[in-house]
Amino acid sequence: MSDTTVAIDELPLDGPAAPPRSNGELLFDAPWEGRAFGLMVALLEQDVFTVSDFQAELIAAIARWEALDQPVEEYRYYECWLSALEHVVVAKTALDDADLAERSAAFQARPAGHDHDHDHDH
Amino acid sequence: MTAVPPTRPPAPIRAEALEALLTERGLVNADAIDGLINRFVNDVGPMNGAKVVAKAWTDEDYKARLMADGTAAVGEFGFAGPQGEHIVVVENSASSHNVVVCTLCSCYPWPLLGLPPDWYKDPAYRSRVVREPRTVLAEMGLELDADVDVTVWDSSAENRYFILPERPAGTEELSEDDLAALVTREAMVGVAKVSSPT
Repeated sequence: MSDTTVAIDELPLDGPAAPPRSNGELLFDAPWEGRAFGLMVALLEQDVFTVSDFQAELIAAIARWEALDQPVEEYRYYECWLSALEHVVVAKTALDDADLAERSAAFQARPAGHDHDHDHDH
Repeated sequence: MTAVPPTRPPAPIRAEALEALLTERGLVNADAIDGLINRFVNDVGPMNGAKVVAKAWTDEDYKARLMADGTAAVGEFGFAGPQGEHIVVVENSASSHNVVVCTLCSCYPWPLLGLPPDWYKDPAYRSRVVREPRTVLAEMGLELDADVDVTVWDSSAENRYFILPERPAGTEELSEDDLAALVTREAMVGVAKVSSPT
């Protein structure tokens, strides 16, 4: 995750290559957060699940994070968002946990330098 | 990465895997996702809510419709979509101040305000503004007199609260567009007031 953060830090703060901003702040801290957001809305629009389905999972994911007793480095909202999305997709589609784990492991095993091509225009 | 079990791949990898699997099954496509991200980054934001506020300040009939049925009244502007259902409007005044939170997650009226800022999603804001609203508001720059009533509204999927701020003094001559330009996102969540034009 740190490498995508660095990538966005290196972008110019204005001009055509500037990252998206809302009220002067970044809407997403890293490209994957935007993808996870867009994925959720796209699935919502396809009626794969309802807002309430997702919200229940998001509440549960945030509660799990808040229940951790060890100090956590930093609250990462989109980690909770992604976790909720994984849960609701497994509940509402033919995909299961094993599908997600298998594909993630395959992507993680790619040679360095391939990990984030997908998220960048450059 | 203490927020997830250590055996799980990092979030960027998992997000990419999820998108790839859903794409292969025909449930999403990259262009649609790009379009949605673009829409929320560029086209949906607090300027929508500001138009609604300015209209309510200048049109009593519209204000009555807005207070009676928020979702329908903002729909007159074409503002609708995900997280745009069940919008409930609460009015701030000199004697009564209202502020919005989502204690359990991040419910927020997207079509009116865009996506919520980080402070709105922060665990500290979510828990503290309920317990000590005056202190939290003061920390955010809004000092309220002791005789002002403060009410905290907890947004959910059933009720997404939207604040109609108090119209500032000295704005009697302003057009609706000029009024809208004064209205901030923070004022529509209730953590600030709308300032008079300088």
